[in-house]
This record gives sequence, C-alpha cells and structure tokens, in this order.
Amino acid sequence: MRIAIASGKGGTGKTLVATSLAWWLAQRGTPVTYVDADVEEPNGHLFLHPEPVGERRVPILIPAVDASRCTHCAICQTTCAFHALLVMPTHWMIFEELCHSCGACVAACPERALSEKKVEIGTLRLGQADGLEVLTGVLDVGQARATPVIEATVASAPKERLRVVDCPPGTSCSAVASVRGADLVILVTEPTPFGLHDLELAVRMCQALDLEVAAVINRADLGDEAVREFLEEEDIPLLGTLSFDPHLAKAIAKGQLAVKASSEVRSLMSSILDYLTEEAP
Amino acid sequence: MRQLAVFSGKGGTGKTTLVATFTHLAGQAVAVDCDVDAANLAILLPGEDEPPRDFFAGEKAVIAADKCIGCGRCARVCRFDAIERAARTYKVLPLFCEGCHACDPACPTDAITYTPNKAGVWTRRRREGGWLIHAELGVAQDNSGKLVAHVREQARLTAREAGIDLILVDGPPGIGCPAHAAMGDLSAALIVTEPSVSGEHDLIRFLDTAARFEVHPAVVVNKWDLSPELTERIEAMCAERGVPVLGRVPFDAAVPRLLTQGRLPLEAPASPETISALRAIWERFSALD
Repeated sequence: MRIAIASGKGGTGKTLVATSLAWWLAQRGTPVTYVDADVEEPNGHLFLHPEPVGERRVPILIPAVDASRCTHCAICQTTCAFHALLVMPTHWMIFEELCHSCGACVAACPERALSEKKVEIGTLRLGQADGLEVLTGVLDVGQARATPVIEATVASAPKERLRVVDCPPGTSCSAVASVRGADLVILVTEPTPFGLHDLELAVRMCQALDLEVAAVINRADLGDEAVREFLEEEDIPLLGTLSFDPHLAKAIAKGQLAVKASSEVRSLMSSILDYLTEEAP
Repeated sequence: MRQLAVFSGKGGTGKTTLVATFTHLAGQAVAVDCDVDAANLAILLPGEDEPPRDFFAGEKAVIAADKCIGCGRCARVCRFDAIERAARTYKVLPLFCEGCHACDPACPTDAITYTPNKAGVWTRRRREGGWLIHAELGVAQDNSGKLVAHVREQARLTAREAGIDLILVDGPPGIGCPAHAAMGDLSAALIVTEPSVSGEHDLIRFLDTAARFEVHPAVVVNKWDLSPELTERIEAMCAERGVPVLGRVPFDAAVPRLLTQGRLPLEAPASPETISALRAIWERFSALD
C-alpha cells in the first residue's frame, strides 16, 4: 500500500503528518518506508534522524551527438518540442535544462548521429531510523527538473512495504508525480482562505487522477469553518484535526518528531490508523 | 523599473502575507503572483478582474480511434506512461502527455495528431494603487515555469503602460523550475524563513540556488519568537555568508484571523510589534539595490 501525504499549500504540516505516521506504524510492527518526495526541499530526515545506509545518484537521459555522423540537417532541432537543441552550420548546442528526456530526437535522426548519455541531477539516500526505512530524494541545487528525481524516489521504495510518501506542495507536475498511483492521498490543510483555495486545487488534482482522498486540518483553531464545510460538501473524510500548540511548534522547530512530542498528534495517528484498517481500499 | 521579489524555499512561512503587506505599503505598485500552482495573493489584494485569458503551452497527442490498429508501438516509445490500452485501440492520458512528439513517428497508420494545450488562465486585476497580475495553472500541468515567465512579462507590460515603476513578485516555493523562472531581472530579493530546522535547511538550499543565478537575497525571520535559539542560529549563518537580515516578525495569532477576513496585519488586533516590524522591514527592503 502507498499513502501519499500532500497539500496544495506549503507549510501546512505535511512533513509532520508523514513522519509521524510512518514512525507510528513502524512502532506497531508494520514494515514501513518513509519516502521523502519533496525533493526540492526534503525535510523528513530532520525529524527522523536516519542512520545512513547507502545512496545512489539519479540520472536523466540527455542527447549526445556523434560529430562524425552529424550532417547538421537540423531534423533533431525541428523534432524537439522543448527547444532543447540548436543546430548551426558548424556546431550545435544542447540545453540540458530544457530537455524532457523523451528520446524523440534520437529516433528522428536519419544519420543515427544521436545517442543518449546519462546526466546526474539528484541523489537518492537510504537510511534506517527506529525500525523505519527512510528514503529521501534530493534534487541537486541549480537543477530545474524535480519530476525525474521524484519518480525515481517513489519507484525505488519496495512495493511489499507500506510506503508513506511526503509530497511536494502545489498541484503541478511535481505534485502529480508524487501522488500518481497512490492508494490513498491524505491532504493536510489549514482553515484559512489560503488553505481552502489550495485544498480545492489539490482535491481537483486527485479527482483528475482518480485517487482516493482524505483530509487532516492542522491549526484547526486558527481560522474559520469554510474548510470543514468544503470537506462535507465534497464528501471527503476528515481523519482528524490538530490545534495550534506552541509547545509542539517549539519541539518541531528543534527537530523533534511530532508524534513523540504531542499526545494530540498521537491521537491523530490512531484515528488515521483506524481509518486505514477499517475504511481504506 | 524596480522589481522586488519575495521567496521562501519552504512553503507556508508567510511569503504571500508579506507581499500583500508590502504592496499596500508601497502605494503605487504592480503585484504579480508567481506561485501559479497555488496562487493566493488575490485573496489579500481586492479589486476588479479583467476577463480571464487562456494561456496555451505545448501540445497533447490525440489518437484517432478509427485509424488505430492497436499495435502498441506508440505506448512502447512513450516515456511518460501517457498511452494506455483501451479495448482494441490505444488512448492518450492527457494529464501525463508532455507533447514530445515521440509517438507519432512510431505510428504506422498516422493515427496520432496534436492539439494545443491550455495550460492555465491568467488575468489582470485593477486595484487601488495599481494592478495585480495573477494566474492559475491547469490541474496537473507541467508548464508552471512558462506561466511564471508569462505573468512576469505581463506585469512588466502593465507597469510600463500604467507608468508605475515598481513590481512586487510573490515567488513560488521550492528551488526548481518555477523558482528559477521568478529569479531573473530582479532589483532585490527577500527570503522569508521561520526559526525551525526545516526553515533553516530550506533557506540554505535556496541561498545556494540563488547564488547560481547571481541573485543576492536578504532574509527575514517570521514567527521568530517560536524559537529565539533557532532565530539566532539562522541570523548567525546569514552573517557568515554576508546575507543581510532585514528584521524579525513575531508570532501573532491575530494574523491568521485577520487573513481569514481578507485583512492585512497592519491593523489591530495584530500587535503593535507585528505592525512596526512589518513597516520597518518594508522600509529596508524597498531601499535595497
């Protein structure tokens, strides 16, 4: 089973819920992998403090030109939908940051002058913490394309284990890559107009992908009722709420795991566990 | 024309609230919301929207069912898992198609064509003191960087047309493609962080990314009193890297309540400390070059 913890808006408490849920389930004997797919800003390791076990680099494929075969016909340039190739009479340029690694140029080259080479854009780190497997995807600083690192991270987690995926914020390609194929998406939101607006977008994204959705409201006492009303209208199960707790905020600020620091988080985790055992597909 | 941008690395640190507050304090300005995945600035900057305009980027493949013989060659060349079998033919899953044109040369019956892809909508909002340019990316779109570039261009055109020489940019979170698109052509940039291990971690990654784009941001610590210890650690790290710290904003439970009513934290019940911190930070930020 794969559970994705997502939210449209950033900073709502995704990592709090994802790290706590993974740890809580692992303590109950479930083989769990916490998967940090927020590869631009991965934070789960700051709370789980994993012992490093290993790491590998994440490559993408970029076209490479065999100068002895290239006739500068520029068919590759006209084929590329992303303007990643520029062919001039005597030389050529490849813009790696624009390339989508689709392979269309290689297939189109009549001279077979193009092949693909690997370029590394991120790192996958594996660690262990309290019987929990921790898998973290990290995009290299300066790289633009998070999606291939997210896909590699999610795909590397062993399928026989329960996987809790900590997703990036937003509703575009990065968020889609991290929730695609999940058995359940738990959206973490907050009861403000920002939270509501971005929750709606995240729900639409999950509906478009045909995914099962549930919600958690964080800082439930610092806002209004509109988020609850929206969840009722959409028939989305509310798995629990957390109130704003300065002690918890301070503990998290220092890198403590929320589930160890707060009884309210522990009761949220047991509500989520109840839902997983009774209701989930 | 001066362009000032606010970023955060980590989401939810108070970026949009700061931009709306600065826009109000600036008097005349064009604000532009570059967090096109989850655009919230419009909630805090009221006004009247012009009719929304479509933003097209890229294409999506379409397989004509009457021409498809079900050979599956297209699905085998597609690297985005965007083509799947449907009974005896194949169909494109538009959410995953990147419009790369790898599939159509593989099709023996020329069954594949392309349609332009509507990636989102954008609009201009006329408001007291200027304009807001905002956009909404379509569900599951992969063109956020392009839409960011588009709304920034519209902000420039609007500012020129209106004779306004200040643009305030609400940046996207993260350090990837949308953030890169928001980093060009800036007069000054500010990063809002919070005093936590994650705020600190994400700030460092953002500073490293900004350095590659030759952007030299200043820093503000929001909700600083939630951990004075982490605030000091972050400020010391900034000092070591030569990054100016423009101020600290206290945690104030009245702020989310004000925002819920669509009001800015420049009035009671926001505390006098919050209000004066925000005003002082704007003074310093607007004076940066």
